[in-house]
Amino acid sequence: MSEPTAPKPADAPTPEEPTRRSAMLWITGGVGAAAAAAVGVPVVGFLAGAVRARPIDWVPIGKVTDAALFPVNETRLHIFRNPIHEEWDGDSAKTGAYIRNLGKDDKGQEQFWVFSMICAHLGCPVTWFPQSALFMCPCHGGVYYENGDRASGPPPRGLYKMPWRIKEGVLEVQAPHLPTLQDTLEKPSDVVQLGIIKRDRGERA
Amino acid sequence: MKRILKAVANTVGGWFEARLRLKESVMPILEHPIPAGAAGPKGWWYVFGSASMTLLFLQIATGIGLALVYVPSADQAYQSLEYLNYRQPFGWFLRSIHYWSGSGMVVMVVVHMTQVFLHGSYKYPRELTWIFGVCLLLLTLGMAFTGQVLRWDADAYWGVGVGASMAGRVPVAGPGIVELLIGGPTIGASTLSRFFALHVFIIPGLLLALVGGHLWLVITRGISEPPVPGQPVDPKTYDAKYHEEVKKGKPFLGDAMTKDALFSSLVVLVIVALAAIIGPKGPGGLPDPTLTGANPRPDWPFLWLFGLLSLSPAGLETFVMLAFPAVLVVCLLLVPFVSNRGERAPSRRPVAVLVVLVGGTTLAVLTYEGMTSPWSPQMGAWSGDTIPTAVVKRSTPLELQGAAVFQNKNCRNCHALEGIGGKRGPDLSSVGVRLTRDQLIDQINNGTPGGGNMPAYGKHVRPAEMDAMVAFLVSLRPEGQPPAKTAGQTTKK
Ligand code: FES
Repeated sequence: MSEPTAPKPADAPTPEEPTRRSAMLWITGGVGAAAAAAVGVPVVGFLAGAVRARPIDWVPIGKVTDAALFPVNETRLHIFRNPIHEEWDGDSAKTGAYIRNLGKDDKGQEQFWVFSMICAHLGCPVTWFPQSALFMCPCHGGVYYENGDRASGPPPRGLYKMPWRIKEGVLEVQAPHLPTLQDTLEKPSDVVQLGIIKRDRGERA
Repeated sequence: MKRILKAVANTVGGWFEARLRLKESVMPILEHPIPAGAAGPKGWWYVFGSASMTLLFLQIATGIGLALVYVPSADQAYQSLEYLNYRQPFGWFLRSIHYWSGSGMVVMVVVHMTQVFLHGSYKYPRELTWIFGVCLLLLTLGMAFTGQVLRWDADAYWGVGVGASMAGRVPVAGPGIVELLIGGPTIGASTLSRFFALHVFIIPGLLLALVGGHLWLVITRGISEPPVPGQPVDPKTYDAKYHEEVKKGKPFLGDAMTKDALFSSLVVLVIVALAAIIGPKGPGGLPDPTLTGANPRPDWPFLWLFGLLSLSPAGLETFVMLAFPAVLVVCLLLVPFVSNRGERAPSRRPVAVLVVLVGGTTLAVLTYEGMTSPWSPQMGAWSGDTIPTAVVKRSTPLELQGAAVFQNKNCRNCHALEGIGGKRGPDLSSVGVRLTRDQLIDQINNGTPGGGNMPAYGKHVRPAEMDAMVAFLVSLRPEGQPPAKTAGQTTKK
């Protein structure tokens, strides 16, 4: 029994208090949600932005007729800076392609084999041995023939072929992403291509 | 004088204590009673967890030091590591301690876990403590891997490449995971930044939070008593029994803590000694992906995986890569649910002992295989390892010519002579006893039938070269042994 004038204990129910408190709760919830969204939207946008569109870039390697660059029936490692890179990539922006000039085909068109250095097994760099005409991988012993076919070891397929074209007499290679089994250079995965640029591979001479 | 000092100390201490109130908050935790057995000589089994934590703190201290100088940028990381190694006073030493202490942390966590497993300490009511522990093991390995990447050298670059290639095999989501992992379409600056954030903020944050949870559980559920054969755990009676046991127990602050402190100090001394004597790891080759001849190897905590990946049959490979680690983790997480009662003493749990023995041996063998990696061709053997003179001492000119062909066709990269050269294919020192001329020609021309280990050389060995090389190979026999014959030249193999 308390006196009518004594201050009520805080949790004693009064007619108007439940509505006031629940209004307060609603407001807090609303303001809290707004605050969370204000922070969340840009943060999520930032994180999602890390996955960028893949531009299609072509890298000129050299004049098709330059016999020093592309001797017929010899496989050479050509090194270039991948246009897909950051300013501060340093040496890691360098990329290599094994290119073999196959000479002219029946129609008089120059033909090339262009292979990525990245082993189709688990991505180590393969080395070309002209004496035995084999590509060997230092990691788990994958070996490929000169035409890129798997010769032995754990790789489940041949070397990754890089799209190429001849434009105004210059051999160009498509700037490569890191090729993996489901995301090869010839057939990039749709998963990471969402809404990105229509693919122009140019003429396959 | 002494009395004055003491009075001052008391007043100052009292002033702080009046505000901090440590005596009623922290002291009870430090003095929480532990079973008498765990405070006695058997307490030496209990020192590995605190040693792991000590090394974690050592990692944080040295890591902060390194972060003051290291540049997490793909074009300068390597130089900043060289700067640490050669210019910054004690830079090499800090790097070295960080590497060895990180290695020590992996070792201690595994030892701690093995001890807990063998003593059945994960059983009721410490299931959650074990689960936190499994997560801590994974995070520790995560630190080891991300740390290896920050050492932005060739191994780091290709290590990420291998990790990404493995992730790329995940059905459907693979390519998306790869982009997320390397932070874009290629390995480079964004990859390094991402691994830096993981190694310095994300994983350590999780580690500290989980260590907190782990310790909280240790304190609330108490340290397990040393196992006694014939005293099985029964969740119904365990709590009451433990309560009784602890009444006769000792405070943690005392013998138990002294053991922890002594062991941790010894571990730190060993780590620092190793760091001083052996020095820091790397950086190795330049992070230039176009340098052929790179020979990527993971750091030692992952050599077993490297071995496993190389040795698993092609058909099972994707499973071994993706599902097997997940299965392993799930098994670890399930341990306390599969057996959360019953005997704890190793002498009464032969299966547990067997699991440790078999698991440990498997890991050790795989690590050894990963270290020696006999499956890798030795890229320089054909030009670097000469033919042992003993082999060609009595060779005819044709055989000598064959030896030259043998070297020049890179055969040595996979085939050793007298143990020198690649180990991918068989040592050919006495191949003349095993294979006939015809069999050799067939093998060289067509390779191992069915796409086996040996590639087909048919198109790239001219008839004259083949003649000479086979003559050389047939001559490879221990003295006095006749060349191989197809039995009576009648039965075909
Ligand atoms: S990465 Fe080339 S064989 Fe495994």
